Amino acid sequence: MSRRYVIAVYVDNKPGVLTRVSSMFTRRAFNIDTLTVGEIENPAYSRITISLSGDEYTKNQIVAQLNKLHNVQKVKVLADESAIRRELMIIKMKNNPHNRAEIMAAAEVYKGKIIDYSVETISVEVTGEPVKIDAFIELMKPLGILEMCRTGIVAIERGSETMFSQEI
Amino acid sequence: MKLTGSQIVTECLIEQGVTDVFGYPGGQVLNIYDALYKAGDRINHILTAHEQGAAHAADGYARATGKVGVVIATSGPGATNLVTGIANAMLDSVAMVAITGNVPTHLIGKDSFQEIDITGVTLPITKHNYFVKDINDLAPCLREAFQLAKSGRPGPVLVDIPKDVQLAVTEFTPEGVVPRLPERKSRDKRVEEAVKLINECERPYIYVGGGAGSRDMAEDVKALCEKIDGCIGSSFMGLSLIDSDYESFLGMQGMHGHYASSMANKSADLIIGIGVRFSDRATGNTAKYCKGAKIIQLDVDRAEINKNIMVDVALVGDLKDSLSRILNAVEKKERPEWKAEIEELKKEESLIEKENLGNARGLHPKYIFDAINKHKSADTVVATDVGQHQMWAAQFTRFEKSRKFISSGGLGTMGYGMGAAIGSAIGTGERTVLITGDGSFGMNLNELATAVTYNVPLTIVLLNNGVLGMVHQWQNLFFGKRYSNSVLDRRTDFVKLAEAFGAKGVRTDNAEDFEKLFSESMKSEGVTLIEVLINEDEFVLPMLPPGGSIDDIIVSIPKEDN
Repeated sequence: MSRRYVIAVYVDNKPGVLTRVSSMFTRRAFNIDTLTVGEIENPAYSRITISLSGDEYTKNQIVAQLNKLHNVQKVKVLADESAIRRELMIIKMKNNPHNRAEIMAAAEVYKGKIIDYSVETISVEVTGEPVKIDAFIELMKPLGILEMCRTGIVAIERGSETMFSQEI
Repeated sequence: MKLTGSQIVTECLIEQGVTDVFGYPGGQVLNIYDALYKAGDRINHILTAHEQGAAHAADGYARATGKVGVVIATSGPGATNLVTGIANAMLDSVAMVAITGNVPTHLIGKDSFQEIDITGVTLPITKHNYFVKDINDLAPCLREAFQLAKSGRPGPVLVDIPKDVQLAVTEFTPEGVVPRLPERKSRDKRVEEAVKLINECERPYIYVGGGAGSRDMAEDVKALCEKIDGCIGSSFMGLSLIDSDYESFLGMQGMHGHYASSMANKSADLIIGIGVRFSDRATGNTAKYCKGAKIIQLDVDRAEINKNIMVDVALVGDLKDSLSRILNAVEKKERPEWKAEIEELKKEESLIEKENLGNARGLHPKYIFDAINKHKSADTVVATDVGQHQMWAAQFTRFEKSRKFISSGGLGTMGYGMGAAIGSAIGTGERTVLITGDGSFGMNLNELATAVTYNVPLTIVLLNNGVLGMVHQWQNLFFGKRYSNSVLDRRTDFVKLAEAFGAKGVRTDNAEDFEKLFSESMKSEGVTLIEVLINEDEFVLPMLPPGGSIDDIIVSIPKEDN
């Protein structure tokens, strides 16, 4: 049965490591929905957050294959119920008298921010669970989307659980 | 002491216990070759005819000796010529370090002459690779490369060194041989579960693969077999670990496996996989594989568990440790009914063999191997290329010791044999026998030059059927005898060819002459090529048809049907 997983990976902060990780996904025909990378508190490592849809077999294989990569230090599948997941989107809309009010009302309800306003365009920043972003996009579709970009998911677990708090 | 990057390469190799390296010089490794020249009294370099041959030689050397094989090539085409050899080592888990030169760092990324991103190219076919930009990283990278290559599940590691790094100077302090990284140990609970399954089973089949082979586990495996009164079968990669005469050893199972081994595998109620990855060639249709059996898998590589087939109990960790803990805890038990069933299977197998020999179209390959078995020694390595001859070698060669069968299992590389056999002969100092076919031999026969130059003790048995035998067999059985591009109408005179290279060449079409020629070659020096003419319609049997399971096994084909 296919479901969504979020996998956090600590890797060495070195050139080429992202390629090694993404190449493994390509080679083994695993699909990624989103992938984000960033530095963490320790500059020796980066954290890659991968979200994907797949069955349990695929998830287990991905974890095992990631662990085989020399530059991968730690892999953790974030528990669905305790993971706080966030994504950021910036969306640029047509600005005209017919849609302006609706865009601004939706942005307010979704706790978005108007980050740019010009005669012809309005740009909105929205942060939240991916489903919230999806819903916001649905609202915007009939109003004329000019351009949009999403960061992909970052996620962390609630409470005292950390990447290194238990062996997997 | 202050050394250049090139000297560091040489000193690191020597420090890591390397005595022989294979390779081919070129523009971006001139400095490394200069350092090798100066260290010629401490390290031996074998120049092959082609980088691919060098990579296969390093692979064959590693398999025969258990050491890490080393290959050196220049940038660009030198590096890309290694690719098949590296991939071959990856698929068969062979410890190898490949060292390539590259253009100076200021020319990287400019499509400079003979520049290739070889770390990018080899990313999916190495355990790990390094592009060394800083001279201070060179020695640590090389040491780590050796450590990774031989630790855990072995595999190839590539180190790419730009020319300016080879020229740069830094402080170097020799160190000892890097040890294998410690393995994790399997959990107690898993050992208990495995022991419970073994104690409860009635028909245990111990299934050994390359992992057990590379850890030299023959004695451990036999001890388990005796304690639980089971039988042993192997994957292709597990061949030669258990001596062929060992009573409970049934041989290889799978697509072209030994009949008794494949049937016992099917009939077993418990499979104990040791260092096997249940490859598609071994299992056939996985949906039908061993449905009536529980499966225990011992492997050092976590990713092999539940990859190809789902298992009931998995012991991830050091194989020797896992097996010895099972062995200590398991009940000693006799299983006479299972042994009787196996004896029946063996009888059936010999009847099938007789039938197949009766259907022979001429000189059946079995007789060639009978002669080889008679005149080779326990220490003789038998290497092969890929195709029908390889499967016949797997079926008919008798082994007495581990590490005596060297063949491309996972990648199935035609052209592997010449390099691998040279590597094996140089590594062991013993005469190696290469079994090859006219198709495979044609791929890397240039390495005859290498074998002759270094006076390598090598007997090449070339089974010539004038076709690409395995392709031909499939076309006959599954493509309505449309022999698309599998007929080699080449008119190559292999005897003259051998002579042109400076080797001895002989030809025969019968078993009697072959035995004489083969036994003579085993006593002679240097390289002998024995061409044996066989019929193009001789099939490798038994076989499982593509996508089939053991239920679809084809054990024999009447003469009039092919």
